[in-house]
Amino acid sequence: MADRSGVTGFLTATRGRGRLHWTDWVSYGYLFLGVFLMFGPVVWLVLSSFKDQNELDRFPPRFLPYAQEVLTVPGYDDPLPAFTVTEGDLAGQVVGQTRRAAGRAEVVSPDAPEDRVRLTTDMLQPVEGVAFATDNYTQLFARFDFLRYFWNSTFITIAATVIMLLVNAMAAFALSKYQFRGRNAVLLIVIGTLMIPQTVVLVPLFLIVTKLGMFNSLWGVIIPGAATPTGVFLLRQYMITIPDEILDAARMDKASEWKIFWRIILPLSAPAIAVLAILAIMWRWNDFLWPLIVLTRTENFTLQLALNSFQGELQTDWPSLLAMTVLTLLPIAAVFMFLQKYIATGIASTGGK
Amino acid sequence: MLAVITPLMRIIEIPMLALQRLLGINRLAWAFLLPNLILFGLFAFLPVILNVFYATSGSDNVLLQNRPFVGGQNFGQLLDCGNYIDANSCREDKFWRAVWNTVTFVTLQAGFMVGFALLTAVILNGRIRARGFFRSVFFFPVLLSPVVVALIWKWILQREGVLNAFLDWTGLGGINWLVDAQWAFGWSVFISVWAHMGFYTLILLAGLQAIPRDVYEAATMDGASGWRTFRRITLPLLAPTMLVVLVLALIRGVQTFDEIYAFTGGGPGTATTFIIQYIYERGFAGAPRLFGLAAAASLLVAGVLVVLTLAQLWANRRNVDG
Amino acid sequence: MARVELRRVRKSYGEVEVIKGIDLDVQQGEFCVFVGPSGCGKSTLLRMISGLEPISDGDVVIGDEVVNDIPAADRGLAMVFQSYALYPHMSVRQNLSFGLENINTPKAEIRAKVDQVAKMLQIDTLLDRRPKDLSGGQRQRVAIGRAVVREPRVFLFDEPLSNLDAELRVEMRKEITGLHRRLENTMIYVTHDQVEAMTMADKIAVLRLGELEQFGKPLDLYNRPRNLFVAGFIGSPKMNFVAGRIDGDTLALDTGERMSLPATGFRYQPGQAVTLGIRPNHVTVGDDGPIRMTVASVEQLGGESYIYGTLGNGGAIALHLPGQAGAGTGEVLTIGADPAQIHLFDTESGLSLRTD
Repeated sequence: MADRSGVTGFLTATRGRGRLHWTDWVSYGYLFLGVFLMFGPVVWLVLSSFKDQNELDRFPPRFLPYAQEVLTVPGYDDPLPAFTVTEGDLAGQVVGQTRRAAGRAEVVSPDAPEDRVRLTTDMLQPVEGVAFATDNYTQLFARFDFLRYFWNSTFITIAATVIMLLVNAMAAFALSKYQFRGRNAVLLIVIGTLMIPQTVVLVPLFLIVTKLGMFNSLWGVIIPGAATPTGVFLLRQYMITIPDEILDAARMDKASEWKIFWRIILPLSAPAIAVLAILAIMWRWNDFLWPLIVLTRTENFTLQLALNSFQGELQTDWPSLLAMTVLTLLPIAAVFMFLQKYIATGIASTGGK
Repeated sequence: MLAVITPLMRIIEIPMLALQRLLGINRLAWAFLLPNLILFGLFAFLPVILNVFYATSGSDNVLLQNRPFVGGQNFGQLLDCGNYIDANSCREDKFWRAVWNTVTFVTLQAGFMVGFALLTAVILNGRIRARGFFRSVFFFPVLLSPVVVALIWKWILQREGVLNAFLDWTGLGGINWLVDAQWAFGWSVFISVWAHMGFYTLILLAGLQAIPRDVYEAATMDGASGWRTFRRITLPLLAPTMLVVLVLALIRGVQTFDEIYAFTGGGPGTATTFIIQYIYERGFAGAPRLFGLAAAASLLVAGVLVVLTLAQLWANRRNVDG
Repeated sequence: MARVELRRVRKSYGEVEVIKGIDLDVQQGEFCVFVGPSGCGKSTLLRMISGLEPISDGDVVIGDEVVNDIPAADRGLAMVFQSYALYPHMSVRQNLSFGLENINTPKAEIRAKVDQVAKMLQIDTLLDRRPKDLSGGQRQRVAIGRAVVREPRVFLFDEPLSNLDAELRVEMRKEITGLHRRLENTMIYVTHDQVEAMTMADKIAVLRLGELEQFGKPLDLYNRPRNLFVAGFIGSPKMNFVAGRIDGDTLALDTGERMSLPATGFRYQPGQAVTLGIRPNHVTVGDDGPIRMTVASVEQLGGESYIYGTLGNGGAIALHLPGQAGAGTGEVLTIGADPAQIHLFDTESGLSLRTD
């Protein structure tokens, strides 16, 4: 342990004490296993999404995406797939394959483009290099209505989040800053809704949404989820800490109650609102069961629904599916990278989903 | 953003100011509450009441006026069993399969979840470098959507997936994981724990960090070993938080649907069909749409959830007081 | 600029009555201080005047108008809060402008007014800062400035100096009285500190348990306290009290000593239980004094001296003497008082027995 510099030094150093106890080894062992188990699958997904169909069909799979290299040979319009010849006269040479059928192949050497040579395929070894195929991604836009799903998801997420923040903040303001008869009853109602998750009222909710003309409409997903007890509680806890004297000062300044709400309370609650906004974005973006019931037409699908329906098709189109999965998790991953701290504290303080 | 919001708020101010003049300041609170209460009423409380009507009426018509009253028939159908343990002896065998699957799933999942979350939290609370990094590593799957989680693991577990390739290489040979009922169930528990463990770890870690340092210092002065300190100090002081975590895991577990539905589709057969999927399929996916059965099953689940939620509120309060 | 009148105003929360019918008349341009121990209802009374707290009974009159049903915002008052209550997310300029914006004052006018007030309060260099970047004294000035820009009819101050350290408090005290002289507005100022009340007020209202104990000019309160509470509350160190009984034309003290009473100025009955009050600076030390005290401790401040001791009945007594009066601990002094400077109260009711 003399050398503390470098990666091993950093990773094996404990806080405070000099030497590693065996429990420290076990701890780090567990944590690195955790890194492997938690990150590994996602890394594998992302790498796989850059493989072409041939590479995806390969068993056993290779870690990095590879693709056969191509040769441009004069006299041929398209680049030819490159092979190394393993035996015979041309052994060791890189050639371009022009035709292949029934175990036989016709190749040309770039040095002698006129000279077509016939070989058996077992004499040919493909020339490969690491290559990130982006076709899977570009295909999404060409073959699927990816942008449509992406837009649906984005629209639902943004609209639902904005409405939810406004409605919940208004309720939280009323419950934290006004003394009115019936306040405790309202608080009880809010607690009561904690016990009624969407999952247990699917059938009547479906009726109500249908009756309101929101079946197969994005609003049918946006509106029912807009009022949440979690949001009301989270914001109320925060707003209670804003001193009443500030509100009184604003009243003396001739501000109306609504103005106090949006000019004083909302800006001062920004940290709590940020936390709730992140939670709301996460909930809506990842929402599945309720959209599955309300949105039955393909053009209304969210990304989650699209993902699910494509994987359910008879012939699973893994290349597109993998790329779509990556694009679906990307926004959340980006949010996470930037706002990690808020998310963690927010989730811990609300009790999560 | 502000350019949109400011005029909007100005417009809302006009009716709100009129209401303020009319009602006075304290009664204006109702105006602030109104949108929220309408949404709660329309999409939470009204459905609960309507659920009772659905549960006591028959036919595949969604409109209540077209549904004949059948009394307890739906419940009767659900609960008609020769032997509750054996789903095959039940009239609605699919319901009971889902029930027992859910019970097994919830038990295993909550057990592993709390166990691993505790282990992870304790390790993260130890003398660790780069704690923030490791914490986010365990946490980030919480943010992934259920469908993404399902697809990530489906891709790994497919017949010619990377796991089978590894097993081939070790000579153990591959398994068609999601075609085998028991493996599929096992992996369902696994991905559920994988996806949500970070959340519970976070809560437990916060609980651990709330234990005052001097308690540990006192224990060290008393000559307690690490293991004894853990058993006699950490665990008892963490017990209230663990209770909260356990109840939360149960509430979540009972409602499991998304990720397993995307993962296995409930199969093979009905091996991973849980209660919410049963409700979904009876009410929305199958033909005929048996709304009555779905609503009756919903009410039974709601009963369980109410009990669990009350337990959660109680545990939370104890946690705060303690 | 307006007068403020309270007519039998009451405030109760359910069964609990916190303001028990107060009549008060603050003249236009007066600086009136509400003073009293905590829980006396002085802040509640101020909030009732402001309109932030509804009144249960009686009338609040501002100018010539009963304002009971007029919301706080429309009463034309401005208030400075104990915690300052600055808007934390706004700059000093925005803090000062907010109230003017709410009454749709033209932008240029707001700017001019804010600049002028900021200059007057010497916060013109702080206009772009946020409240959290200001010191306590600066925040105080901003809070006052926010009230001043609105040009209110009446200023209300709710213990505005209680969060400042002693030195700043003295300074701000002078500034607020200076402000009053300059603006000539009616001001109502709440404090628990009788020194603040004495130094700043034109008129003081002493409150206790929701009742008005006395209302008058500072020196009137000092010289002619209406009752034991006001006598004890106003003046520092506190007035000394010795219980006794009228015996003929002398006062038989509980200490066993007797003291002759002035021929005029007080009304009492023979045998009446009374309390003698002597301010520490009115106690005289001399051989002819009727009362003996045992010295417990002495504080020498150079220009003045405080002597604390006990009386024959164990009661405490304090002396405030000019110059460097020395006395040893345990020494017995004979003390007395100029009959013109003593106070007599009925022990039972606490009311002053003074006749003039």
